[in-house]
Amino acid sequence: MAYAKRFDGRKFDELRPITAKVGIIPRADGSAMFQIGKTTAYAAVYGPRDLHPKFMQNPQTGILRCNYNMMPFSGHGERVRPGGSRRSKEINMVMEKALIPVLDLKDYPNSVVDVFVELPQTDAGTRCAGITAAAMALADAGLEMKDLVAAVAVGKVGDKVVSDLIYDEEAYEEEGGATDIPVAVLPRTGEITLLQLDGGISPSDLKKALELAQVKCREIYEIQKKALKQKFVVKA
Amino acid sequence: MNNEQKKHLITYLANGTRYDGRGLLEWRPIHVETGVSQSAEGSARVRVGKTDIMAGVKLALEKPYGDTPDQGNLMVNAELYPLSSPKFETGPPGEQAIELARVIDRGIREAKTIDVKKLCLKSGEKVWSVSVDIVTLNDDGDLMDAGALAALAALQAARFPGVKEGIVDYGERTSTPIPIDMHPVTVTVYLIDKYFVVDPLPEEEEAADARLTIAVDEHGMVRALQKGGAEKLTIDQIDKMVGIAVKKAPELRKLIK
Repeated sequence: MAYAKRFDGRKFDELRPITAKVGIIPRADGSAMFQIGKTTAYAAVYGPRDLHPKFMQNPQTGILRCNYNMMPFSGHGERVRPGGSRRSKEINMVMEKALIPVLDLKDYPNSVVDVFVELPQTDAGTRCAGITAAAMALADAGLEMKDLVAAVAVGKVGDKVVSDLIYDEEAYEEEGGATDIPVAVLPRTGEITLLQLDGGISPSDLKKALELAQVKCREIYEIQKKALKQKFVVKA
Repeated sequence: MNNEQKKHLITYLANGTRYDGRGLLEWRPIHVETGVSQSAEGSARVRVGKTDIMAGVKLALEKPYGDTPDQGNLMVNAELYPLSSPKFETGPPGEQAIELARVIDRGIREAKTIDVKKLCLKSGEKVWSVSVDIVTLNDDGDLMDAGALAALAALQAARFPGVKEGIVDYGERTSTPIPIDMHPVTVTVYLIDKYFVVDPLPEEEEAADARLTIAVDEHGMVRALQKGGAEKLTIDQIDKMVGIAVKKAPELRKLIK
């Protein structure tokens, strides 16, 4: 039995419906919302601002600090206990690495740019939605950027290479199960700044999946740009 | 806030107006939306002006407490996210978050909002536990009243998940709501100099000498109180503040009923 039809009826390379909005948190220096299917990410940027504790300060450059959090009621099943977990710590780190290549914080020594990502509802792909929202929020904050960053999970479900997996697909157990590959892409160059994988995939399918991620991230990039323009372009 | 700024604010209040043009006992526009998180059994988002707050309800099956074997459990928690204000930090809840959660919890609990006996499946063995999490998206003042409204709206919107062989099936959502008997709402009245103000902006919260949070049920009964702020209050002032809350509460209740 091959994976002939996706659980939610999408084409194998199709993204879920997307909504994006910039400037949703007035208190923040920059903010954005990115929703893909039932996964919603809010991102807020504060800074550059003074970095505490002081020993973390770098006199050569400002630093980027990401904080990813699932709201307690946003999980697939039981309540998620508030407070950091090993998982969220790792996500904070990979989010920072995914975003830092487009920033230049050398003009802000001893400072920090804080990115906070909160998820009110989730159906897989949360770190990718978080990165995509964070990139828009950084742009909204007026930080100098070389490019945006767009992210999506690709992978394999059964015998099919797919984009934008949902929970039910991640849990697929037949014919080799599922492979989940979160990828962040710099849309202009196609370079990759986030890459993780769990599952099992052949090198040739991996290459196919990454090429699919590039294409899909460029689709997301168009939506990011449109959302940013909606806030900043003055209507005639 | 320094003395000059406070004097300036008081001059406004003496003229019967606020920085945003409102009257002293006037709320900003309130917008209540439910079903904002499909992951939660119930959820709501309340916007009061630019203040933006969410509440989500999760339901789980648990063993009841020994002293209340035939009652379900209720827990209210609040998180002041650093995403919502430069003043909030990451880490475990601080004083303000804990006070917010506990005062809202008391209002809901003391008004007997939920008939906890109806949350019992098997006495001494299995009861529903109701967790309400209040989280902030944008702090522009009056988190307490907005949070209490969001919590009640989320409870009203909640539907039980399915149960298969004694285990919760979160994939299934029934059409059964939580048994809600009462609708307490929370009004916080601030005292700035000699003026009473509701729905404060952050600068008014900072300037306030004292505040009194009052949970009022639909019979006009006071169900919870919390005095805050460094200044003292007279019985006469408390009486006036409670009077304001009882008068204002139906305005808020109307938004969720």
